[in-house]
Amino acid sequence: MSFRLSYRADPGNPWFSWQYVRDNSDTVLDALREHATLTLRAVLIAALIAVPLAVLAYWFRPLTGPILALTGVLYTVPSLALFAFVAPYLGIGVATVLSVVVLYALLVIVRNTVAGLNQVPAEVREAAEGMGYGRWGRLVRIELPLALPGILTGLRLATVSTVALVTVGVVIGRGGLGQIIFAGFQNNLYKAQIMTGTLLCVLLALVLDLLLVGAGRLLTPWLRGRTG
Amino acid sequence: MSAATNPVSQAVVWLNDPLNWTNPGGILDRLGEHVSMSAAAVLLGCLVAWPLGLWLGHIGRGGGLVVLVSNLTLAVPTLALLTILPLTFLGFGRPAVVLALAVFAVPPLLANAYTGVRQVDPQTREAARGMGMTGVQVLRRVELPLAVPYLAAGFRTAAVQVVATAALATFVNGGGLGEIIRFGFGLSIAVGGGQILAGGLLVAGLAVSVELLFALVERLVTPRPLRRARRRAGRRAADAVAGS
Repeated sequence: MSFRLSYRADPGNPWFSWQYVRDNSDTVLDALREHATLTLRAVLIAALIAVPLAVLAYWFRPLTGPILALTGVLYTVPSLALFAFVAPYLGIGVATVLSVVVLYALLVIVRNTVAGLNQVPAEVREAAEGMGYGRWGRLVRIELPLALPGILTGLRLATVSTVALVTVGVVIGRGGLGQIIFAGFQNNLYKAQIMTGTLLCVLLALVLDLLLVGAGRLLTPWLRGRTG
Repeated sequence: MSAATNPVSQAVVWLNDPLNWTNPGGILDRLGEHVSMSAAAVLLGCLVAWPLGLWLGHIGRGGGLVVLVSNLTLAVPTLALLTILPLTFLGFGRPAVVLALAVFAVPPLLANAYTGVRQVDPQTREAARGMGMTGVQVLRRVELPLAVPYLAAGFRTAAVQVVATAALATFVNGGGLGEIIRFGFGLSIAVGGGQILAGGLLVAGLAVSVELLFALVERLVTPRPLRRARRRAGRRAADAVAGS
């Protein structure tokens, strides 16, 4: 048995290795699955809370300032600190990671949805009112569809940053792909493992982002001519 | 042993132990590490991003590059960058951590420098040219002074972001206040809950104080008549970053 003291001179530590991916496909795929499901659940939950909150801010103008200020302050709080605040109460588990990333995604979506709703032209709103739409009808048929580009921007930003943020979950051993990266770091700086985790993270963010762009194009057919 | 079981009172107990502050590796040591590596990272980020952003804004090109840089750094996890950089020629230790943090400081600095120059009234720029200024003179004596509020807004965003991100340096044993949280998790939540919560409070407190400090400095150095206009500029600059 020989110990290799100098890892950097060692040709056995390549930047990427299919051998590693093949041999550990189970672990890697599990991590990828955990990462993807955590991200999707977080964004979904965040959207379900954020959009009504944004509508509230839009309907009741005096609430806009406080809601945006609160999201701004929360955004200043570092992610690791949020983990530290939540973990003593929710324990070591998925619930902690989920609530932290939901909180961050929430802020991004609220801000962009409010911006999107505020961009609805006043004439359009008045025309809808003149046509006899009530508050709810106007919201569902006119204002939310017109705010879709803003909402989608928020969803895209939230998704991409959530993918990156989930990795911080390694602090409680639930970091998805971050677990792979961190294990590679502890595993005598095994570059192939670290790079595999990183590349999958970036790829996951890219794929989810493209999916959202595609969904956005399907949902807003009236904008297609303008952007193309 | 009838120690308080409530994490909050545990945290208060932990914070009230003077040894936790002054021990080697205690709060004061960690705070010093945290602030010094954040300061170095922001400085490094400024040295790279400001000249580049001002120049791109001056020639009016590279808007796509600015957006690309901020999107890329959004997608790359901090943890990944922190672990990858020590594997390169930088080797282990402070320089790699500072460089990783500096990478995350670049997008707000770059975007604000770029926007700051672009928002200068074209007529002002033309008047400067008409007075016979060269390109460099226009940049230095007209565009740069007018971009200062944007540069300040970018600096503030970058500083707060770097202070927040520096907490993650603990994953690569890079020091900083994050160590307190990670050691707390190492003790398990039942034992270290107070320390975890206290560490979180310290990290969050530092980030919020940096934000408030820079907001105050910005306000104090702005002459009174300019305050309203500058606040508007700052908000627009913040939107430019958020919306990219």
